[in-house]
Amino acid sequence: MAHVSLKNLVKNYEDTPAVRGIDLDIPDKQFVVLVGPSGCGKTTTLRMIAGLEDITAGEVVIGEDVVNDVPAKDRNIAMVFQNYALYPHMTVHENMSFGLRLKKVPKAEINRRVDDAARILGLADLLNRKPKQLSGGQRQRVAMGRAIVREPKVFLFDEPLSNLDAKLRVQMRTEIKKIHQKVRTTTVYVTHDQVEAMTLADRVVVMNGGRIEQVGAPNELYHRPETKFVAGFIGSPAMNMIPCRLEEAAGALRMHVDGIALPVPKEREARYRPHLRSEKLVCGLRPEHLFEQRPHLEPGQQPFEAKPEVVEPMGNQTLVFFPLNGIDVCANVDPGCGAEPGKPLRLVADLRHLHLIDDSTGRVL
Amino acid sequence: MRPSLSSVPQNLSPGGVLAGKPAKTGSMKGDRRRALFWSYFFLVLFAIFFLTPPIYMMITSLKSSAEIGAITNPWFVYAPTLENYTALLGSEQYLTFFKNSAIVSLVVVVITMLISIPAAFALARMKFWGSATLGMGIFLTYLIPETLLFIPLFKIFAWIQDMTGIEVMNHYWVLMFIYPTLTVPFCTWIMIGYFASVPKELDEAALIDGAGYLQMLTKIFIPVALPGIIAATIFAFTVSWADFLYPMAFTTSADQLVLPAGIVTILIRGDVYAWGQIMAACLLGALPPLLIYAFLMDYYIAGLTAGATKG
Repeated sequence: MAHVSLKNLVKNYEDTPAVRGIDLDIPDKQFVVLVGPSGCGKTTTLRMIAGLEDITAGEVVIGEDVVNDVPAKDRNIAMVFQNYALYPHMTVHENMSFGLRLKKVPKAEINRRVDDAARILGLADLLNRKPKQLSGGQRQRVAMGRAIVREPKVFLFDEPLSNLDAKLRVQMRTEIKKIHQKVRTTTVYVTHDQVEAMTLADRVVVMNGGRIEQVGAPNELYHRPETKFVAGFIGSPAMNMIPCRLEEAAGALRMHVDGIALPVPKEREARYRPHLRSEKLVCGLRPEHLFEQRPHLEPGQQPFEAKPEVVEPMGNQTLVFFPLNGIDVCANVDPGCGAEPGKPLRLVADLRHLHLIDDSTGRVL
Repeated sequence: MRPSLSSVPQNLSPGGVLAGKPAKTGSMKGDRRRALFWSYFFLVLFAIFFLTPPIYMMITSLKSSAEIGAITNPWFVYAPTLENYTALLGSEQYLTFFKNSAIVSLVVVVITMLISIPAAFALARMKFWGSATLGMGIFLTYLIPETLLFIPLFKIFAWIQDMTGIEVMNHYWVLMFIYPTLTVPFCTWIMIGYFASVPKELDEAALIDGAGYLQMLTKIFIPVALPGIIAATIFAFTVSWADFLYPMAFTTSADQLVLPAGIVTILIRGDVYAWGQIMAACLLGALPPLLIYAFLMDYYIAGLTAGATKG
């Protein structure tokens, strides 16, 4: 068990920067997920923690030690790879015990640890099988077992669920969470899937272009994104981003979107007032904060008329898409509200959950 | 007698032969039939072409000298006899050739593997300055024919003999040092391809598990790339078993000859050819590689194709 810190970590490939200075503290036992689009530097960061990639500048600290020059095998970490990377010629037992056998751990101890891990992962009956006789999910579990038996200070996961089908992915996601609750080892997990990130993490690190955009608990990122990128990346379906402008009329601030005037909640007026003349404002509103007309409206909820172009029933909810300021806006309405393509629909915007974004800086105001 | 790559059966995909012709609706079956016809046509043609010599040798080896000399149907044996075989197997000289060949070939295989496997591993996996150029260089050396090499090599060994006083000429063991010049480049090259096809994550997993480069090689790469190594082993064995030019150049005494050189030395005296015995000797000599091929054929093909796609 150990905490991990990254201090101004930089990685350049020849002249191309991949990671541009990352500072991150991961306390002991925490499950941290690095998430971002491909090419954002998340895997490179993980591989630098693992010792599989040279560090251009900065420091990686595991426990009390700076490990920049410590080879991977001496960092006491374990890694689970996207394509499992099981040794094809070894049985499940041999795969899991390989590291321990190299370290000359006594046989009885090896067997105890492998049996423990196999019990946790439900692999007890498969110990004598070869990887090719296993399904994708089982292989993934063996890969995790190989990490667990080593009782490392840190677990590193590199997109471990990407090769599984959708259903199995959800199932394995839950299992990984369960295992972390049992084993409580500091974990760094890389994924491009924001749902995975939200569901698994104690803390999510959103990365973009080799930098950290925002660090926070899943709900914090969801409700209080600091940048346009985080606002758009976290949440599915994604947040609507509609160009808008601010106006003052009769002492109250209003937001104009394609002819619709939406009153800004009173408590935010002071915050937004400096941007009154700004040309590049974007109104960020999540689909679930655009819903059908209800009999009773609370303050901050503003009705308006929309003309749906596409209606996507999902069972428990229906997604409605309508054009606004040249952008397809998505609303999340009740399946019973009778939304139909082409038929005007009364919608409500819940402006208490508005995120006003300054597009020139990319910051949420 | 290098095993030619073209003789390895390729997977002919249906329609592959005729790919590019405009396909008519519902002609998949006809396409496939035509493709199969041509596949069989050429396979049978090549089978006949390559099997005729050994069959002819087999027929001739069962004839007495008198029958070979007589004007009869050369493709038929009227009075089959095993006298050629018994004469050879009773001849101490022939058995000595066999023994020399076996020792040389086995040692060459061992030397080749000891050099090629680490070399291929280093070139495929450990990025170092000039590794790509070295890999290409190794392959280029394979392209220089032995007919070009044997005179310079002879000079080199003669020079070594002069300088050190160690008598290296006219000993069968000198072949153990010469054959690897043929086997090491090619074996290294096919194994580079094979090692390169092992997923990179496997070495990274091993690295994190605590393996050094040597353990990575012995515990992961060699077992995983075993088909490729077997293919290389067969190749090295066949080359050193069948090579003709080098033993003719480097060995002369009857007790130092290996099989290919020995057969022509003792069974051709002046202009008298002991045809029956020559044929029998060659067939017996072809037996060991044949047996090895038969047992390891599946591995051999898997090894060659895997090396081919990634090499």
